[in-house]
Amino acid sequence: MDLALLENILFAMVRTGTPLLLVALGAMISERSGVLNLGQEGMILVGAVCAFIAAYASNSMGLGVIAGVLAGVLVSLLFAFIALTLMSNQVATGLALTIFGTGLSAFIGAGYVGQSLPGLTPFAIPLLEQIPLIGKALFNQDPLVYLSFALFAVVFVVMRYTRLGLIIRAVGENPDVAHAMGLKVLLVRYSAVAFGGAMAGLAGAYLSLFYTPMWSEGIAAGRGWIALALVVFASWRTERVLLGAWLFGFASILHLLLQGYGYEISPNLLAMLPYLVTILVLVLMMRRTTGQGLFAPRSLGQAFSPPR
Amino acid sequence: MHIEKRLQNSNAMVYLSPLLALLLTLISGACLFALLGHSPFTSLYIFFIDPVSDLYGLSELAVKVTPLLLCAIGLTLCFRANIWNIGAEGQFVFGALIGGAMSLHLADSHGFWVLPLVILTGACAGMAWAGIAAFLLVRFKANEILTTIMLNYVAVNLLLWGVHGPLKDPEGFNFPESALFAAQTMLPMLHDGYRVSIALLIALFMLVVVWVVLARTLLGFQVRVMGANRNAASFAGFNGTALIWLLLLFSGAMAGIAAVSEVNGPVGQLIPTLSLGYGYAAIIVVFMGRMHPLGILLASCLLGLTYLGGEMSQIELGLPKSITGVFQGMLLFYLLACDLLISYRVVFSKDGAKTTAPSLSNSSLSDASLSDSRLS
Repeated sequence: MDLALLENILFAMVRTGTPLLLVALGAMISERSGVLNLGQEGMILVGAVCAFIAAYASNSMGLGVIAGVLAGVLVSLLFAFIALTLMSNQVATGLALTIFGTGLSAFIGAGYVGQSLPGLTPFAIPLLEQIPLIGKALFNQDPLVYLSFALFAVVFVVMRYTRLGLIIRAVGENPDVAHAMGLKVLLVRYSAVAFGGAMAGLAGAYLSLFYTPMWSEGIAAGRGWIALALVVFASWRTERVLLGAWLFGFASILHLLLQGYGYEISPNLLAMLPYLVTILVLVLMMRRTTGQGLFAPRSLGQAFSPPR
Repeated sequence: MHIEKRLQNSNAMVYLSPLLALLLTLISGACLFALLGHSPFTSLYIFFIDPVSDLYGLSELAVKVTPLLLCAIGLTLCFRANIWNIGAEGQFVFGALIGGAMSLHLADSHGFWVLPLVILTGACAGMAWAGIAAFLLVRFKANEILTTIMLNYVAVNLLLWGVHGPLKDPEGFNFPESALFAAQTMLPMLHDGYRVSIALLIALFMLVVVWVVLARTLLGFQVRVMGANRNAASFAGFNGTALIWLLLLFSGAMAGIAAVSEVNGPVGQLIPTLSLGYGYAAIIVVFMGRMHPLGILLASCLLGLTYLGGEMSQIELGLPKSITGVFQGMLLFYLLACDLLISYRVVFSKDGAKTTAPSLSNSSLSDASLSDSRLS
């Protein structure tokens, strides 16, 4: 295999893994605080459509990104209100968010189907981009890819070294004890869910503004669900989320590789790969750990009502 | 105003909550229409009443209810047992693909056995698809929510592959569609001029069967036990693994028959966008219907109406058909929010709980001291 092909594969892998990384980081934080939000897919879609419309109307990619993030936060707060304040079943509420987000994004985006944006040419970082093999993959990308690196670093540091990370984990492991210690459990959980919404909205903006600079219904294509599986795969550990996101990115671009070697396989069959890999990974994880209970935050998915 | 836990769950709220959710959805819908510059009342009329204002409209509602109800029947059993099968959509699509392939294969066959074979094929295909999730759950304890969702996407891509490849109509001008099915593979209609097929009768029959099983048999009891606690099955002395298999396979079979009802009924061929999200809407049906057979019948009528309403408001108001999804999402959101009222109640006085609780204990204390003093 020649170097140029390998460089291109790594480039595409990082590019394809970026939305997964963003969503999975947000989902991981929210799950670490004890909230299982299955609405990732819905939040990505709403973020994507709002980002696209804002960018289309204002002709500014920056405004589009901001709109996507805000929209993600807004719908995630809807979820948070019903799941946290009204203490509904989190699984069902997350599903509701996905169904609602899918419908809402299709509805408000209906007039924009087929429209496209100019997109951006990758923004190369001088010198660093010339590193052989990884230079193109890591330092010749869209601005949001660099942002995803930065956000990864922030999440990694916060979860591992700071008091805030400890608070989030305490709330997720045992909300009763956290409450007794004077932590505001609901506030922490609301913030964690909103962070998840912002990340999913950002991922949506990345999809509709940069990755494929156009709007089409269901543009998320199950990435929200794959990201949720990714968090399980990563055992709720930040560094493994990064590794997993790029691995899944690689699985999604395998068809490029196969085409590169001249295999003729239907694109529809190849499109199944990421989903099959997700199932495979879930199975392998469960074999190794005999149940996800070993790593999952202990209060994941359980409602908490502060005692008076 | 605050909320406090009820001493006992309110039975009335279990049934009132869906109605309240519907009311809130109607109000929000009216606001949405007003925001879009349409008269709220006329629009709601167009969405919810107009589509079913004549006999043909009602028959079209039955056309939508059939696949919804079939999917929901299977999901009801799964959800009751706390098995989160989100894969009705994939089971539907795979059932449609294999059932459709069989229909195409039997284009030149004649005989009484053709149609039953097609239905059976669809049911088995749905079962096989659900069986994958059952196997992964039982053997590897892989989270069934994620596996069934992933299988949905795999099934959709398989269908796309089918209609773009081996099942494409050779005389179809290269459109990604199969040939039209032969007449003998199509479900007979109940009445000329309407599109309601005998699948509706199958759905209603299965509904009664499930009702009896749930209410009157040991199996129904086992489902409820497992719903309370997945591990309780083994303590109660029955085979939980077998139950997971049974419920998921049954649910897959129902989704497969739902697919045949649609493909070998109103659609008549394989097309890329076969399911209008029936598998996902059926989840809402089950929740709205309170996981009760009669409830899901009513709820599938309501959800079916959202499809007709979406089509009608596209024609009459020029709104995108996808408004259906907005209404469906709102329904489920409001329902989950209203379900709070089953186990909690809203207290309007400012700090009612705080003042009543101590005063109660005070009075009982003083009662006690009174009686004490009398005794002495």
